Amino acid sequence: MSPVLDNLDLYVDGFLTSLRIIVYSLIGCLLLGLIIAACRVSPVPPLRAFGTFWVTTFRNTPLTVVLVFCAFGLPELGINRSFFFFGVLGLILYTSAFVAEAIRAGINSVPAGQAEAARSLGLGFSLTLRDVVLPQALRTVVPPLGSVLIAMFKNSAVVGAFGVGGDLWSTGQILTSARGYETLPVFIGVAIGYLLITLPAGALLQVIERKVAIAR
Amino acid sequence: MTSATRQHPLVELSGVQKWFGDLHVLADVDLAIDAGEVVVVIGPSGSGKSTLCRAINRLEPIQQGEIRVDGELLPEEGKALARLRADVGMVFQNFNLFAHKTVLQNVTLGPVKVRHRSKGEADKRARELLDRVGVGNQADKYPAQLSGGQQQRVAIARALAMDPKVMLFDEPTSALDPEMINEVLDVMTSLARDGMTMVVITHEMGFARRAANRVVFMDGGRIVESADPETFFTRPTSDRAKDFLSKILTH
Ligand SMILES: Nc1ncnc2c1ncn2[C@@H]1O[C@H](COP(=O)(O)OP(=O)(O)OP(=O)(O)O)[C@@H](O)[C@H]1O
Ligand SMILES: [Mg+2]
Repeated sequence: MSPVLDNLDLYVDGFLTSLRIIVYSLIGCLLLGLIIAACRVSPVPPLRAFGTFWVTTFRNTPLTVVLVFCAFGLPELGINRSFFFFGVLGLILYTSAFVAEAIRAGINSVPAGQAEAARSLGLGFSLTLRDVVLPQALRTVVPPLGSVLIAMFKNSAVVGAFGVGGDLWSTGQILTSARGYETLPVFIGVAIGYLLITLPAGALLQVIERKVAIAR
Repeated sequence: MTSATRQHPLVELSGVQKWFGDLHVLADVDLAIDAGEVVVVIGPSGSGKSTLCRAINRLEPIQQGEIRVDGELLPEEGKALARLRADVGMVFQNFNLFAHKTVLQNVTLGPVKVRHRSKGEADKRARELLDRVGVGNQADKYPAQLSGGQQQRVAIARALAMDPKVMLFDEPTSALDPEMINEVLDVMTSLARDGMTMVVITHEMGFARRAANRVVFMDGGRIVESADPETFFTRPTSDRAKDFLSKILTH
């Protein structure tokens, strides 16, 4: 394992960069996914159509294509940002479709009669969603949402491969191709780096799952 | 506005038409309900009773005609509609209590979020209402821990907490075991005595005789007959009403 120990500082930097990609993407895709899910169940037909369009587009386009579009397409439209920005943006757009579908499935699991009861009390669409539907949807949403998010954590490596220098994946690349280390030990180190993120996240999800399952 | 000064019916439907695809579910429906009136709606399954009831707070939009509540035309979906719905209480066949909230929270949600009452004030009023419908000692339980009859009484308290101008009941006792029907009907009868304006879809003819000012008989999306309970039950005029009554009164 000497390639790992010799380059521990590189690994730590790579780990932190990956973590940043993941944290930004996590916040972004949860917020965006919630908005898209709200569109999908909205009483306003154009919003529903927009939500459906969004989900269909991003769920059925390979992540790499979304990333190419962001990193090379957007600059052609005059939008100039760092590769890090475009990479995170692409990952957010792509993952938001899956997040939205997980949330929508949860929303649909709440009996429609409760939403009707809320509306007939005079609660508007957003209050009905916030106070009645979403708290109950959460119970059903957590497990599938967890899988979506862990997939996203791993997809952050694709963002790294796309030229966001310095993340875990790129660190592995540099060590093997530029510095001639052997692939196996180097990428075992990379895998450990990702496991350090995904395993605790998985455990945390289980804790959350248990919490929301007990709360009525 | 009090009923003494009100110039118009509290609920007024005129020329209402609604279709589900090709199915004409509400046909030329005209109905005026005065403040304090209790109207029982009966009719065979699929005759449009629920649709009529749900149209009054626009849970079902109509395609033609007008519906007014306290003189105000039903608004399009949005803030104004939410405000109007707050004044129209609704009680459903399946109770539709909020499963993640306690009984007390079920009753206070509307007053706090829609009427902007303080939590203390809303709690106090909610407990009074829960006492009134006889489930005051269940306030901190969750709906799933209550019997059907108790749940439906909570649902009535939840609607009353908004101080509605009119209450709509869509078969409030149809999902209940027989021994629980009366506890709900008793609450409704006492509401009627206290002057609440009510539209009640029910097969409980005893309740209709006891509490209704008027019975409206629907068939095929139309109001076929409308009369006081005594007249309707003893001398129905239409064949369809006679036929319907002979079927339900024989058991
Ligand atoms: N959302 C809907 N889409 C299509 N058809 C519907 C819908 N809701 C009701 N219908 C149809 O409209 C007709 C009237 O339904 P409605 O529920 O108003 O009848 P009802 O008198 O309340 O009957 P029941 O006694 O069975 O409750 C029925 O034929 C029903 O199948
Ligand atoms: Mg019905």
